[in-house]
Amino acid sequence: MKPRVAVHKFASCDGCQLAFLNAGEDLLTISTLVELVHFAEAGPVDPDARVDIAFIEGSITTPHDIDRIQRIRKNCKYLVTIGACATAGGLQALRNYANAEQWVPEIYAQPEYIQSLDTSTPIRDHVDVDFELWGCPISTQQLLVVLRDMLSNIKPHIRQEKVCMECKRNQNICVMVTQGSPCMGPVTQAGCGAICPGVGRDCYACFGPSENANTTALANRFEGFGFLPQDIIRRFRFINNNATVYKAEAEKWSAKND
Amino acid sequence: MTDKTINIEVPVLARVEGEGALELTIQDNRLQDLKLRIYEPPRFFEKLLAGRSYNEVMDIVARICGICPVAYQMSAVQAIENSFNISITPGIRNLRRLMYCGEWIESHALHIHMLAAPDFLGVNNVIEMAAQYPDIVRRGLKLQSLGNRIIRELGGRSVHPVSICAGGFSAFPNASSLQALLYDLEEAVGDAEQLIEWTTRLDLPEHGQQFCCVALSHADEYAINNGTIKSSDGLDIDIAQYQEYFVEQHVPHSTALHSTLNNEPYLVGPLARLNLNHETLPDDVRAIISRYGITVPSYNMYHSIIARAIEIYFAITEAIRILKDHNASTAPALAVTPRAGIGYGCTEAPRGILWHRYELDEQGFVSSATIVPPTSQNQARIEEDIRVTLETLGLERSDDELRAEGERVIRNYDPCISCATHFLKLRVTRN
Repeated sequence: MKPRVAVHKFASCDGCQLAFLNAGEDLLTISTLVELVHFAEAGPVDPDARVDIAFIEGSITTPHDIDRIQRIRKNCKYLVTIGACATAGGLQALRNYANAEQWVPEIYAQPEYIQSLDTSTPIRDHVDVDFELWGCPISTQQLLVVLRDMLSNIKPHIRQEKVCMECKRNQNICVMVTQGSPCMGPVTQAGCGAICPGVGRDCYACFGPSENANTTALANRFEGFGFLPQDIIRRFRFINNNATVYKAEAEKWSAKND
Repeated sequence: MTDKTINIEVPVLARVEGEGALELTIQDNRLQDLKLRIYEPPRFFEKLLAGRSYNEVMDIVARICGICPVAYQMSAVQAIENSFNISITPGIRNLRRLMYCGEWIESHALHIHMLAAPDFLGVNNVIEMAAQYPDIVRRGLKLQSLGNRIIRELGGRSVHPVSICAGGFSAFPNASSLQALLYDLEEAVGDAEQLIEWTTRLDLPEHGQQFCCVALSHADEYAINNGTIKSSDGLDIDIAQYQEYFVEQHVPHSTALHSTLNNEPYLVGPLARLNLNHETLPDDVRAIISRYGITVPSYNMYHSIIARAIEIYFAITEAIRILKDHNASTAPALAVTPRAGIGYGCTEAPRGILWHRYELDEQGFVSSATIVPPTSQNQARIEEDIRVTLETLGLERSDDELRAEGERVIRNYDPCISCATHFLKLRVTRN
């Protein structure tokens, strides 16, 4: 029997599920290797089915989400998060630093109809996670590696080296050295293909923290370039603002700023 | 007296909506009440934008939708440039249009093959469809990949591309990669024409309705990234006037705000664009429309799938034209000087007009942002369509038939719930 796979969505933009749907011919190959029992965007819907692997996109933002993720965890053998939302709470976790309670009445005329938590949190805050795939969005290539590894009973392994390594291999010109840009490459996981320096702009850390990320040294360098504490905070509080090391660095500068 | 309350529940919704349901209350064989409930957990993007620099805006708004990030970036960058009083060069404008063509091709090909076509072929999903119609699915995946490829060449990746900035592009692709892209686009023209022909042969229901169409319109071209907002009732306004004519309302049953024009629902998206702007299509596209006897304008929403196929063909040929005209010596970006002001942006996302308004301070930080996406504009129209369609079908039909027809109607609009509505769960309460 083919392994059973589910793809679930929480608060997200759907971009990581597209890693499957944009896989082209590989999507047809995947459908021969596994049975897709729940994948709303591709068709099959059976959210409570027992599966071997559950891929989770999106962050937890409503009381109902908490119930759902616990049910999913009970029904799956392995749980894999895909993308910044599921792995670190996503861009929408910026609400964690604001008074989100006030936002509902400011946007919606009838706030009593809106059910939302004050926070956006990653899946790991609520249930055990077996593997986390970073990226906003994740790369199809990395997703296929994880899937192939798991189907071969191998613990998935994705290199967590820095964007700088990928950038050098691409022979890009360093935007930090040559332009004094606040490039997050030195503390960001590779996997995107170093596309931002590739077009001459600074990396904005959409793939989350790399291994051994020396955020303090990088933030000090930014300060040396003349960036103000609030600029440095905005750098770390972005797509993966809730990732542990980025969050801690932003808090340090936030304290300095007070 | 018969009382029938039907709840159609969507257990899991993808894209914009987290959870949704269609609720019908039928009494004495008449539709008493109809609600398309949409429960996307709010992500508060308009709030997240406040206090951010103009340069960060394009990276933020892309995250609203992974399927049409280019549309969000284009409306935003246009609004920022409008606020800073920057006029981009024709060369930059054309390459942005090229990138937008990529998104139309990708999004439309995905919708036609993965979401809509199974409805008309008696299969449940694209995987089943691939077993029965492998060549059709392969052609669709190829077109979808080609659309993604255009975005990738210009923006580094197809989901949340990274090159759009105020004033232009961070960098242009090199000439050889554009040449290779041109070659592949020319190869795909035949596939795109065959796709149109194939959609005209689908067994689409005959179902005409009255509704108002709204789209961007441009005198010289099929509008994508510039124009005035026109309606089939004669409206023709500058995009800055949008809020004077269109009203957004918060209805209790949805986190997507409902939009109306003159208190009436209206349609945005491919069929609305084709209906209003078909005369601006290039001659070869118009020749194909008449060759296959396609009715334009059409007020049958089921013709949306044909409209999408026509727009794929148009976008491919338009991309070829732009690539042939492209001058490699054009500067990728103009210098930008922030200034305080208000800027408006409106472009044609794959699903219809996407309107942005930003208030920026003298350093270019966002003080306030308003974003009106196409799906919320269509929501009132979808509800009206379901009502008319189900009443015409006959409310005495079985719940399964009503559910299936309701789903098909919803999917014509390619709203962000189309994927999940494929398998609406029906709960029936009879009193």
